[in-house]
Amino acid sequence: MKPATIINVVVVAALLVAPYWLNAYWVDVLNSIGIYAVLALSLNIILGYAGLFHMGHAAFFAMGTYTTAILNTQFGIPVLWLMPLSGMVAGFFALLVARPIIHLRGDYLLIVTIGIVEIVRIALVNNVFGITGGSNGIFGISRPVLFGHVIRTPHDFYYLIFAFAAITVFFFLRLENSRFGRALNYIREDDVAAEGSGIDAAHYKLVAFVLGAFWAGMAGTIFAAKMTIVSPQSFTFWESVVMFTIVILGGSGNIRGVLLGAFLIVGLPEVFREFAGARMLIFGAAMILMMIFRPKGILPPPPRTFNLDFLSSARGGGK
Amino acid sequence: MNASPLLRLTSLTKSFGGVMAVNQVSFDVDHGSIVGLIGPNGAGKTTVFNLITGNYRPDSGEILFDGKNIVNMRTNRIVTLGIARTFQTIRLFQNMSALENVLAGCHCRMRSGVIGAMLRLPWQKREEREALEIAVHELEFVGLRAHLDQAARNLSYGNQRLLEIARALATKPRFLILDEPAGGMNDYETQVLVDLIIQIRDRGVTVLLIEHDMNLVMKICEKLVVLEYGLMIAQGTPAEIQKDQRVIDAYLGAPDEDDEDF
Repeated sequence: MKPATIINVVVVAALLVAPYWLNAYWVDVLNSIGIYAVLALSLNIILGYAGLFHMGHAAFFAMGTYTTAILNTQFGIPVLWLMPLSGMVAGFFALLVARPIIHLRGDYLLIVTIGIVEIVRIALVNNVFGITGGSNGIFGISRPVLFGHVIRTPHDFYYLIFAFAAITVFFFLRLENSRFGRALNYIREDDVAAEGSGIDAAHYKLVAFVLGAFWAGMAGTIFAAKMTIVSPQSFTFWESVVMFTIVILGGSGNIRGVLLGAFLIVGLPEVFREFAGARMLIFGAAMILMMIFRPKGILPPPPRTFNLDFLSSARGGGK
Repeated sequence: MNASPLLRLTSLTKSFGGVMAVNQVSFDVDHGSIVGLIGPNGAGKTTVFNLITGNYRPDSGEILFDGKNIVNMRTNRIVTLGIARTFQTIRLFQNMSALENVLAGCHCRMRSGVIGAMLRLPWQKREEREALEIAVHELEFVGLRAHLDQAARNLSYGNQRLLEIARALATKPRFLILDEPAGGMNDYETQVLVDLIIQIRDRGVTVLLIEHDMNLVMKICEKLVVLEYGLMIAQGTPAEIQKDQRVIDAYLGAPDEDDEDF
């Protein structure tokens, strides 16, 4: 077996059995890591594959979370049923806000997306349309029910969250190695050359935004169910920065890197709680060191490989 | 074949802040021909290319491709219609392998999207295979099959130019625009390139090229169009162009009025 396969197996096995040894607190930490991992993976489509500096992902997360919270508390629709709908609302929102700014490059896009996340947060605080509950937020979101089993404890949520994360990884791996995934990579490398090769760069950038937002919206459903209370404090600019950092530090464009980034950025501060006062100092120092020594992240994407065996077999023998 | 030309430019004009980069340029490119666009540096040759491929929009004039006006069409649409190009300053995806670069060209002839990729449906897998097959075939065609794993940036300059041609061919063009394909090539590589361009034409692809290597141009082009300061000063067969006084003046410099007797 290849070392990479062994690491995969060990990590998955460790994640499966971890809740048996851990108390509720640590399982809850893992739950946070899981949600951030899904969010960072969805941001990775926009930031990692397409190379768009998008720092407003918390806005899409908020749209999904609030969609679930509002529809569940107002109409009593079961939480998990709201997952696709929350994704769609977030995706539609992304379509609306990203369309006019999709041609912006680099830092210009970054500034505008920071604006988006702030506008969404302030709108939530101001209780727009009288449905967001202002700065108190919305409480009383019901627990999700799966196959007649009510998901309540951190241990229950652990399996729900990591199952969702696993599904996400499964689909995104396929996406990465497809026409769509390659198109985003070409656009990141050189969008003029990509258009010159027949790729509709504006369209694909927009699809990347919508898909990333859709997934963040679905993560929002799980977040709403886990918290049962949602408020605008959960969707600050800082949340966007955390997601952004996970992708950049872990290795933008590489799923393994992003997952590792989620464990490090969200998990390590919990492990080193005693040094909470120095957290920002260590965080900042780590960022500086990373940018000097590994500017592409801890695990940058490996070169793409293609299986060309079918070519030689079709010709009745090797080259 | 069709009686009408594959490409027809009519009074094409483009200025950049008062500088007439391309001024009332009109010429035809016939089906299955190799046409050269020549002229001194700054004559507006690359601008003409950028106008055809939709990178720039003309101030006025018309570009008919196969009878269809492609002015104001987006670049990727134009590529899908069947016009592919290479760039004067090589624009490969430098960090990607040669194979991936050529696969970029296959993109516009593929159809699968997000859902197809996520579910990995049978037709999506078949399409991926076909694209790989085309990409490998085009790499073989330009003689780079042995380099398919190599990152584009690690290829020699001449090979990078060939890789750009392979990527352009993977879009299945009817019309190929080459911007200084022999730039930076040695004599041997240039000879290989000449053979390649003729083979491309024999595949049924019409070729329009900018080139400074007059040997190459005179050898393979059936028709030449000469630009100077954005104006078209001559067009015709290589033999006619070589004798044209205005072209000779443009290249060698016209004698000044004062010292006529130098």
